[in-house]
Amino acid sequence: MANLQRNTPTFDSAKIRNDFPILKRIINGKPLVYLDNAATSQKPQAVIDTLTTYYETTNANIHRGIYKISEEATAAYEEVRSIVANFIGAKEPENIIFTRNTTESINLIAYAWGRENIETGDEILLTEMEHHSNIVPWQILAEERQATIKYIPINEDGELDLSDLNTLINKKTRLVSFVHMSNVLGTINSTEEIIERAHQAGAIVVLDAAQSVPHMPINVTNLDCDFLAFSSHKMLGPTGIGVLYGKTATLQEMSPFLGGGEMIDEVHLQASTYKKAPWRYEAGTPNIADTIAFGTAIQYLENLGMDNVRAHEKELTTYALDSLTKIGARVFGPTNIEERGGVLSFWYQDIHPHDLATALDTDGIAVRAGHHCAQPLMNVLKVPATTRASLYIYTTKQDIDMLITSLMKAGKFFNNGT
Amino acid sequence: MELEELYRDIILDHNRTPRNKRQLDDADIANHQKNPVCGDEINIQIVLDGDQIDVAFFFGQGCSISQASASILTDVLKGKTLDQARAIAAGFHELMNGSEPNNIDDLGDLVALQGVAHYPVRIKCAVLACDTLDEGVIDWLNKHQI
Repeated sequence: MANLQRNTPTFDSAKIRNDFPILKRIINGKPLVYLDNAATSQKPQAVIDTLTTYYETTNANIHRGIYKISEEATAAYEEVRSIVANFIGAKEPENIIFTRNTTESINLIAYAWGRENIETGDEILLTEMEHHSNIVPWQILAEERQATIKYIPINEDGELDLSDLNTLINKKTRLVSFVHMSNVLGTINSTEEIIERAHQAGAIVVLDAAQSVPHMPINVTNLDCDFLAFSSHKMLGPTGIGVLYGKTATLQEMSPFLGGGEMIDEVHLQASTYKKAPWRYEAGTPNIADTIAFGTAIQYLENLGMDNVRAHEKELTTYALDSLTKIGARVFGPTNIEERGGVLSFWYQDIHPHDLATALDTDGIAVRAGHHCAQPLMNVLKVPATTRASLYIYTTKQDIDMLITSLMKAGKFFNNGT
Repeated sequence: MELEELYRDIILDHNRTPRNKRQLDDADIANHQKNPVCGDEINIQIVLDGDQIDVAFFFGQGCSISQASASILTDVLKGKTLDQARAIAAGFHELMNGSEPNNIDDLGDLVALQGVAHYPVRIKCAVLACDTLDEGVIDWLNKHQI
């Protein structure tokens, strides 16, 4: 077993940084400080090399060629299904569907499961802290099926308010979809109560795990969610490849998502039969190279150990929370480090986030400013936008120190004159 | 590029102390635009004296570039004809594209925003007030069949 052979995990951000060529870039004469990891992560050399090697040595279409390199490409692609399944604690590789990204994964559920299972008057339950990708697909479905969307509210601390959960989840509720870790607040939602209550009511549960899978150990079997969605590009892998995990029985029952090659058994002039899951949901030539490189990204994270990744980010998030609070920034979301990840949205000295982000950019610091694809949440927080710094395995205390220095400089510039 | 080249003193000043920032109930021309990507919002209101702009006001929310440009624009518009106002909006777009418009003298302090041309992602903040003005004027001209 590969797992037994790997070295004892050690965590050394300085050493890790050497694996990421982009971190050597100089921006405006200053070293790049990359703090937009909730948007996308950087890629280690090993992932970049896997992409290049695949195209240089193995490139062929999969599942069809009766020749050496096609067999190799097929094996490498399918191996990643096992790597992903193992990484998230799924029972079988067949529980893993490859998509383009989290958004497409959620849309796949809305189309393939939703159209067959949501009827007039049914209720879909979301939360007030969802990304647009976990709102809009359900709005499209709800409009088509004349279903109702309801929302679990959030409290002032940026946590879900579950006091009305027993009313919000009722016999009309068919689906509950919520974010595991908020991309704005960093809140890690406790899943147990919601999933248990949803299942009691006969509803299925979708977890948007785009921010959690890259940053903490996840076990879908223990979570007992029916679906779980995430993206490769936020966890060291390439863009253009996402994952939808689904329970075996649910995946076998659903109708296809997209129709075409690769997903069929037999095609006749009037009707066709489809492959079994997960291949039924992967129409057309898939994103072979990026999927294989995604496998390398997961192996990189496994070598570090996801417990170590989480521990590193807890330490850094504590440091960042302290540092931001000390200079008077208002940080949104939970203050308890056990309940949050390394996503720090803040408001500083009444400087608009876009001005702040431009000021930080002149110091080579990359942060996100805006509504973070969560406009309903911005309304709840009563701010038009926030500035967001988000951390990852290669982030150091020095990065946080540079952020703080640059913020104070910006504060002086905008509020005290130059 | 240094921060000072983008945020000239005049921009910081208009942002801290906006001019002509109020909401009228009975403006001749009133228009609102929002940038859905960043949430910047601008309302432009104009009181006419014949074909001339008597006074212009704005209100809204957003970054200092969007709010300062609206504040400066409302100052610049005073006494201008509607044709001149549209030409100012067009000239400002040229400025943001990095070229010098023929009517640069009419642009007044809007020229202080020239540095934004070097920050492509911020141009949409700078042009929001001019776009809101231009759309409002076009609507008014269409309505009055001029």
